[in-house]
Amino acid sequence: MSSNISIPVDGHAHHDDHHEHHPRGIARWLFTTNHKDIGTLYLCFSLLMFFVGGAMAMVIRAELYEPGLQFVDPNVYNQMTTMHALVMIFGAVMPAFVGFANWMIPLMIGAPDMALPRLNNWSFWILPFAFSMLLSTFFAVGGAPAGGWTMYPPLILQTGAAFPFLIFAIHLMGISSVMGAINIIATVFNMRAPGMTFMKLPMFVWTWIITAFLLIAAMPVLAGVVTMLLTDKFFGTSFFDAAGGGDPVMFQHVFWFFGHPEVYIMILPAFGIVSQIIPTFARKPLFGYHSMIYATLAIACLSFVVWAHHMFTVGMPLAGELFFMYATVLIAVPTGVKVFNWVATMWRGSLSFETPMLFAVAFIILFSIGGFSGVMLGLAPVDFQYQDTYFVVAHFHYVLVTGAVFAIVAGVYFWLPKWTGHMYDEKLGKLHFWLSMISVNLLFFPQHFLGLAGMPRRIPDYNVQFAGWNQVSSIGGFVFGVSQLIFLYLVIKCIRSGVKATDQVWEGAHGLEWQLASPPPYHTWTEQPVVN
Amino acid sequence: MTSSGMRGAALLALGAGWMRMAAADYALNLTQGVTSISREAYSLHMIALWICVGIGIVVFGAIFWTIFRHRKSQGAVAAHFHENTRLEVVWTIIPFIILVVMAVPATKALINMEDTKNADLTIKITGQQWKWQYDYADDGVRYTSSLKGSSQDAAKRNAGIDPASVENYLLDVDKPLVVPVGKKVRFLLTATDVIHSWWVPALGFKKDAIPGFINEIWARVEQPGTYRGQCTELCGIGHGYMPIVLVAMNDTDYHSWLTGMREAQAAETAGADREWTKDELMSKGKEVYTSICAACHQANGEGVPGAFKPLKGSALVKGPVAGHLDRVMNGKEATAMQAFAKQLGDTEIAAVVTYERNSWGNDTGDVVQPAQVKAARK
Repeated sequence: MSSNISIPVDGHAHHDDHHEHHPRGIARWLFTTNHKDIGTLYLCFSLLMFFVGGAMAMVIRAELYEPGLQFVDPNVYNQMTTMHALVMIFGAVMPAFVGFANWMIPLMIGAPDMALPRLNNWSFWILPFAFSMLLSTFFAVGGAPAGGWTMYPPLILQTGAAFPFLIFAIHLMGISSVMGAINIIATVFNMRAPGMTFMKLPMFVWTWIITAFLLIAAMPVLAGVVTMLLTDKFFGTSFFDAAGGGDPVMFQHVFWFFGHPEVYIMILPAFGIVSQIIPTFARKPLFGYHSMIYATLAIACLSFVVWAHHMFTVGMPLAGELFFMYATVLIAVPTGVKVFNWVATMWRGSLSFETPMLFAVAFIILFSIGGFSGVMLGLAPVDFQYQDTYFVVAHFHYVLVTGAVFAIVAGVYFWLPKWTGHMYDEKLGKLHFWLSMISVNLLFFPQHFLGLAGMPRRIPDYNVQFAGWNQVSSIGGFVFGVSQLIFLYLVIKCIRSGVKATDQVWEGAHGLEWQLASPPPYHTWTEQPVVN
Repeated sequence: MTSSGMRGAALLALGAGWMRMAAADYALNLTQGVTSISREAYSLHMIALWICVGIGIVVFGAIFWTIFRHRKSQGAVAAHFHENTRLEVVWTIIPFIILVVMAVPATKALINMEDTKNADLTIKITGQQWKWQYDYADDGVRYTSSLKGSSQDAAKRNAGIDPASVENYLLDVDKPLVVPVGKKVRFLLTATDVIHSWWVPALGFKKDAIPGFINEIWARVEQPGTYRGQCTELCGIGHGYMPIVLVAMNDTDYHSWLTGMREAQAAETAGADREWTKDELMSKGKEVYTSICAACHQANGEGVPGAFKPLKGSALVKGPVAGHLDRVMNGKEATAMQAFAKQLGDTEIAAVVTYERNSWGNDTGDVVQPAQVKAARK
């Protein structure tokens, strides 16, 4: 479809100047309603949180480097695992995708900005407050939340002074996400350029619309269930207290009704990014555009009926276990379609392997490994062995780190020249890729073995029989952590200087966003392009 | 952590890592276990694994083929195809068929696992922060099983004890769970405080122990032996210190073990009727304290700041005996302090209260007798 686009009106060059008026300095960023500025804010915030959450991961891997306790006590260790997850999920991965959406969706669909620019400003600026509140709990009496990011009662109700901060921080994150999702839906539904029909939308836009609906459906459920925790703790209700007629397992059902769609909220935009990158560097259109959309829709719908596979061991009736097992493994079908489509897109293309493509190909392979262990985990009778072991830790880090995070990094390399007007340092990019690729597998692959050998997750210390693979995993972790500093350096360097990027940037790039200058002027598509 | 700190840590890790790696254990796969359930889980695991490996070889093979053969740098010119309905239908149907192939044995295994009927023996397992209580209701035997002292000592931060020198570090308990070989044992699981999960890999399952609810699962252990596992649901700071040891014995040994346990319990109850000396109470109290209280209040009585109150110098501990007894027996609502009245016998409570009132500089000099505890029970 992208080859049909023509641009009758030059969207930028001759009327740049009179649109560039905006406040300078801090006020520009505080009061901005510009989708590019807000996109930049989201991405910078996400990068910061990636390093904050990463530092916690380094503490975890340092403590697990050998048996015995060396660095932190068990309560601090539990705070690390809990906060690492909350920061990475809500602070790093989700805002990164919203940042991409802000930057790219208006450019891709030929819209001058997001539909609701003031709301857009607000949805970003809530986040720094939410995370200041969450991270401040490290200084609270009793320390930060340590009951796991899943917040299962009754354990989470033993949290000290941090508890209400945790709940309100989650409320704020939820409000931010829902507003962002509403904005994306409003933008795509109302502001597409003439001729940009739904069936011509770039795959990244498609995956984001579906993600936005998932967000609107799922986040209020999370808000509701944490509010119930709050009233259980402070207002004498007993939603989750058996002694008062409640049920602690009900929390898990409601939480995972949010939690499983959340998994796809973190992976569908990644699918979208990879679906932009693979055709570009294969110099060949995306294979099976329509089946890609239907597969994404199928995954989104199925994501609402599989939640209990996170809790096979709580003791469900046989019929429930069978239903959730069948529904869960069924997700492999549309996910498989996506993977096969990417491979078919590469097949008989004219491939080149710049850094975005390297990360995208690594994504396909490593995400598939996470998918394989996902199918294994979906088989309830073996899940009784895998559940809550390092096998699960390996699984979700393959889909979240080598899945979502690799796609985010690929997207940054892919669009950075467009955003900054400079090419990044390709040599450093390749170094970053190979170091990350090797170390991340050293980090997470041995965790499959640890889980199978019987090591539970969320423990600060372990029997000596687990020492070998833990050491390999920690070494991989340290190298992976350090490698990300190359990325930070490369991004800063690219913002400041570099070879001037062309408008198209990549030889195989097609679509409205590549017709604009690099960097695009502050206001773009003030006159709508027409897509034939 | 700062960037230079991270870099330094990584270098140190690399250096130390290579030296130690040669000596370590590198287990790779799931255990086959000693029950029909664990063997079914293992075979299902292997079927799924090999199917994944097969699909992986085909898909990744195609990716690597195209990476090496369809490179622009080698003059590859892009084709223009972008759909093929037949192909897309085929690669939707084939994965579906593969899933059905996996789902059939999975369904059978699940139905078998859930069948807890016709058990020879029922054992109630109660999870508590951070120990397990085993209750052989039909045989009148009940006891608490917690992490062995040798592991507790070595598990402290910078304890100076090499975990490798401790036998079964973190996987050893004071009193194991004992079951007869070849009998269908039904386990009933519950918890008193937060959710725990009871897992012995050799039995082939884990099951959550949830306060206020009872879960069922069963096992027929086929070989005598000692099997180890751990709590697998995050349950607070002691989560990593809550092992399970299961000993499977032949019928004769099992019955003599049962008799031994019953006699010990009878002696315990009889002991409650006599006057105890302070020394006796102190040594018994230390035993109980280590097994039950030290996980939170720590061996040195200093607790964990912000989480668990210290007993050393505590006004409650140094105050009137009645208040101290009440707290131990009835707990404190909305805190981690449980009610131990039902979990511990009169002698145990008397001993531990005496121990707490006369340790770590709490020099009250008080001696609390089992009879006082008996009187305090309503």
